[in-house]
Amino acid sequence: MLEIIRLSKVYPTGTVALQDVSFTVDTPQVVTIIGPSGAGKSTLIRCINRLVEPTSGKVMLDDIDVRSLNRRELCKVRRRMGMIFQEYNLVERLTVMENLLSGRLGYVGFWKTYRRKFPPADVVAAFKLLDRVGLSGYQDTRADALSGGERQRVGISRALMQQPDLLLVDEPTASLDPKTSRQIMRLLVELAHEHGTPALVNIHDVGLAQSFADRIIGLSEGRIVFDGTSQQVTAEVLTEIYGEEDWSTTIRKIEEDNDQDTQKGASKHKDRMTRETAA
Amino acid sequence: MKLSTETQTGAELQWHRIKLIENPLIRNGLALLAVAYIFWSVGSLEIEWARVAHGLPRAVKMITRMIPPDFGRWQLLIRGMLESIQMALVASFLGMCLAVPLGICGAGNLVPKPVYLIARSIIILSRTFHEIVVAILFVKIFGFGPLAGILTLTLGSTSFISKMLAEDIENMTPGQIEAIRATGANFPKLLIYCISPQALPRYLGVSIYRLDANIRHSTVVGIVGAGGIGQVLAASFSRYDYDFSLAILLTIIALVFLGEFFSNWVRSQLR
Repeated sequence: MLEIIRLSKVYPTGTVALQDVSFTVDTPQVVTIIGPSGAGKSTLIRCINRLVEPTSGKVMLDDIDVRSLNRRELCKVRRRMGMIFQEYNLVERLTVMENLLSGRLGYVGFWKTYRRKFPPADVVAAFKLLDRVGLSGYQDTRADALSGGERQRVGISRALMQQPDLLLVDEPTASLDPKTSRQIMRLLVELAHEHGTPALVNIHDVGLAQSFADRIIGLSEGRIVFDGTSQQVTAEVLTEIYGEEDWSTTIRKIEEDNDQDTQKGASKHKDRMTRETAA
Repeated sequence: MKLSTETQTGAELQWHRIKLIENPLIRNGLALLAVAYIFWSVGSLEIEWARVAHGLPRAVKMITRMIPPDFGRWQLLIRGMLESIQMALVASFLGMCLAVPLGICGAGNLVPKPVYLIARSIIILSRTFHEIVVAILFVKIFGFGPLAGILTLTLGSTSFISKMLAEDIENMTPGQIEAIRATGANFPKLLIYCISPQALPRYLGVSIYRLDANIRHSTVVGIVGAGGIGQVLAASFSRYDYDFSLAILLTIIALVFLGEFFSNWVRSQLR
């Protein structure tokens, strides 16, 4: 599906963001990428759809070498990759429905776009998704009137409207409160599994990454230093990714969270627990 | 040295604001030179105080001849006014149209560097000369009348609106553009689905403001012969019809007031 081969990125300022990064995603799985700020997580995600141009290496989507494409072909490949952002990046003055339908821009002609004449099937799909993410009835609300969690639901829906073969997710929860973060992550992972779409998720919250990922990649100073499952993430691994720190609390919290996640409807209880633990 | 020893003893700590020019001799010397130059300028420009003295009673006489304003030739007045308004409207519309491509090309975050530089140079160049200078030029080329006025105002409107539009687009949060690009939308679709909804309200606001400004400017460019009420005003002054001049001035004031209210009202309706 997706194969990254010896990908490197050096910014014009001389900053080396990625060095020789290689990995393969060949099953519909949720891969979280963890690592400290500046480790190159965002750059990695953006190199895949060339919002950032890589310096060297290859990005293969099925059998297409993404780096070799011209502008027009790139647009076609981007249609197959849905992207979700930390700051949601909705077009603020457009309505929720318009933002969802923007996921279809790659398929609809210019004048139809101008007149907002999207195919009826797209509109139906949009209504379905709105319902699925819990925003039914919000179609005519302007994006700037939504809360953070609601905006991210629209952001996720927009990406899924593309019916993508791959989801690129850049810090989906970094601007959200802890509870909303978990809800959004859960929704994201559920939807990725429902649609059978592999997802690359940048995230700096190790606990969230462990709770929701099928696979975790650890990035440090532009290099992959860990690639494995949630269970394999130990204090030693975290030290290698982030540097020396007392990880015992982080890891214990994760275990508690995992226990509670299995109980249905325990989210309120869990929130109180977390608060008590914090206090 | 002195300061540091004092700091060490801790007896007296001194502080003064850092001056732009630390040397007091140079600092005060430059200030003195500047004042001296202004005095010299006044002397060398041969400003005769006697003329000021003569002028004052003439001003009083002029004002007495202005009152009461003479609205007798209202047809001429209305015709000039309408011409000014039409000039302003046409020029604003043309400016709005021309400013869109120019403004987009002048937004550094959307277009390649060479395009950006060319567009910005055009914008800067067309803003270089004051409307009056441009109007004189166009009157020389196209002759007296509203055509020269319309061209003058169009040039001014285009550069103003496109500059505002370009800056507005550059100030957009890059995320929205990134997100729409990531969906596989090409440049034209990016423009209509992301840039346009975000920039439109302010673009309209700026355009309405410019319409208001054009009404004011249209009264002025007429004075150098570029049509409109300004031309009528200039003619009335040169014929010493001061009472008619006052009538024109009052009408201009009313018109500008109306334009201002209209522009404020429209802009308050936009969000």
